[in-house]
Amino acid sequence: MKSLAELAAIRDKMKGKVSLREGTGETRIVVGMATCGIAAGAKPVLNAFVEEVAKAGLSDSVSVLQTGCIGICQYEPVVEVYKSDEEKVTYVHMTPEKALEVVEKHIKGGKPIAEYTMK
Amino acid sequence: MKELSLNILDIAMNSVTAGSTLINIDLTESHDILEIRISDNGCGMSREMVENVTSPFCTSRTTRKVGMGIPLFKMASEQTGGTFSIVSKSDREFPDSHGTVTSATFLKNHLDYTPLGDIIGSIVTLIQGMGENIDLIFTHKSDTLDVRLDTRQLRETLGGEIPLSTPDVLVWIKEFLKENYNIT
Repeated sequence: MKSLAELAAIRDKMKGKVSLREGTGETRIVVGMATCGIAAGAKPVLNAFVEEVAKAGLSDSVSVLQTGCIGICQYEPVVEVYKSDEEKVTYVHMTPEKALEVVEKHIKGGKPIAEYTMK
Repeated sequence: MKELSLNILDIAMNSVTAGSTLINIDLTESHDILEIRISDNGCGMSREMVENVTSPFCTSRTTRKVGMGIPLFKMASEQTGGTFSIVSKSDREFPDSHGTVTSATFLKNHLDYTPLGDIIGSIVTLIQGMGENIDLIFTHKSDTLDVRLDTRQLRETLGGEIPLSTPDVLVWIKEFLKENYNIT
């Protein structure tokens, strides 16, 4: 059974490592989670980013955030990537599979995937 | 929406936007009826807004003039023969007791019933996105289920330093809910 003691262990492990302020990382991955995004399948996309970023051990420098509708509902799920050293990249019609690729090639590799951006 | 859990996530986002500090999501199943109740202590809505809020042409957002969240939830309920209601008290009129209660019932045996779907994933997604100033109490009760999650208790254990949105914490919450649902 999952116990609060386990949660306390996580606390002790993470202490001092976690910044309480959200979005202070160098890179922000922002997923549109309004009605339009959710209906188009944004939830599994968001989960894929959260899991991949954690798995890659990038949680300190990369934050995964949710936002509302940015006005291009027909392109949902929409994901915006902000890196401190480059222009914002907007990915459209995202899937969990594409999310894995974006983490690998863009977040880690530094090369945005033009094919998945808005035409 | 393909799953009712996505409607729940969507409606609860309105509570986040309304500046709530506490959101309750309660699922109650008895016989063939599912009741979903989402309540918050956010800023509430004016009487005029409440009257119009089930119309797709009413929205709080600024990027365009339609809002489908509440109409879709209402439709999902009514297409099964269920009922929908929304009650709200604005902070202007009720400074001490403001908030919104959205509830709907669903007849689970109806042909047009939308499955609840991945409720655990939706709750974890809500916690990931709601920020550190909001707490959530989630319950799901039926003959065989008695699930309860209270983020206030989790925060107490975590202390002030570790946010709920920490990946390790989110994984713990997911596993905790899975055990409560007897999915292992």
